[in-house]
Amino acid sequence: MANKRHVSTTINGEPKEFLCAPHESLLEVLRDNLGLTGSKEGCNNGNCGACTVILNGRPVDSCLVLGVEVEDAEVETVEGIADRNELHPVQECFLEGAALQCGICTPGFLVASKALLEKTPDACEHTIRYNLAGNLCRCTGYDKIVRAVQDAGKRMAESN
Amino acid sequence: MKPFDYASPSTIQEATALLEQHGDDARVLAGGTDIIVQLREGLRDAEIVIDVKKIPELTALDLCNEGGLTLGASTPCCDVYETPDVAAAYPALADSAHIVGGWQIQSRASVGGNLCNSSPAADTIPSLIAHNAICLIEGPTGTREVAAQDFCTAPGRNVLESGELLVTLRLPAVSDSESSAYERFIRRNEMDIAVAGAASWIKRGDDGNIADARIALSAVAATPQFAQEASEYLVGKAPTEENFSQAGELAKNVASPIDDMRGTVEYRVNLVGVLVKRTLATALARIQGDG
Repeated sequence: MANKRHVSTTINGEPKEFLCAPHESLLEVLRDNLGLTGSKEGCNNGNCGACTVILNGRPVDSCLVLGVEVEDAEVETVEGIADRNELHPVQECFLEGAALQCGICTPGFLVASKALLEKTPDACEHTIRYNLAGNLCRCTGYDKIVRAVQDAGKRMAESN
Repeated sequence: MKPFDYASPSTIQEATALLEQHGDDARVLAGGTDIIVQLREGLRDAEIVIDVKKIPELTALDLCNEGGLTLGASTPCCDVYETPDVAAAYPALADSAHIVGGWQIQSRASVGGNLCNSSPAADTIPSLIAHNAICLIEGPTGTREVAAQDFCTAPGRNVLESGELLVTLRLPAVSDSESSAYERFIRRNEMDIAVAGAASWIKRGDDGNIADARIALSAVAATPQFAQEASEYLVGKAPTEENFSQAGELAKNVASPIDDMRGTVEYRVNLVGVLVKRTLATALARIQGDG
């Protein structure tokens, strides 16, 4: 069957090269080939958002992207959100606001929330709930997540 | 997922040659939000997946005053609603593109892919039909055009023959006296499949009456439906609530839904009347500048 392909891409600002079979998803490549296990496999069919990464500036479910598709692309994963030793405001506010319980959905929420706040820093509750509808959480009931994203938006505005 | 080969041609000719060579063993990849799930779950098979996103025509999004909109078949939904001129000119399409799945899906899923997946409940297809979109198809025997309303033939099936590729969708130009809207009913706020959906496009004449109208429905038949009788009824009528209600009643004539976990036949037919009336009112409000 199909041979493995050589893919050159940029992940979290660093040039990366990897080999993958055409049927391997970006999520599988990130977790199994590159050791970036922050992105989680939840449903593996595009419903839960636990595998959310930013691909060329847009949030996508990495389970619904083939590894071979990211040739020459820019990928940002949850591992790239913090600035060295300093957490991103979204991460700080999730921790401070206890916006997580079991934590499996959290990487996806962090990535999607960061993407949202970069696009809409003053996102209202409705916008937050709408844009995070592709991320499922079975623990929190979402209220703490929404508040954490609102707080992070304020913190980001203050630091600018 | 079963292994498959992968190709990412950069021209239409390369893509159609690959499609012709591999026939039914080839699957086209645009946003992947349907086909990757189907391949993973074994609902479809592929020897080769042909990624068409490197073909310039397939990722086009060109709006010009006289020619209307040329929408590449693999252009993602988010490009439709994030491009202000396009969203303003084709609001029903923007409405539907904005509710296909969640944000992550809209970053990848294309309107052309939504059409080719040919789900009866596809949100963007009624909007394409209401805007009288034409599908440009390239294949081994050349180019052909099919109206969006004739594209789907059964659930998951369409007019594409082996070796054929949907290249672009062309939507006629719109004027200030026209507008449109799409609305679906679901039981939650977002991220669900339509129980029923309706798209309405209307054009107002100089006399204030409706000069032309096109109404289309999703999730109430084996394929998305153009409600011709309801559309023609409105021509020459005043844009009143009563006439909009009557159009909704007439649109029910093309609804032949099934009972399933999302809704009963009776419920879905009733929704057609509600959604047609609402989308007509929204389209009118948008023409008047307050939609």
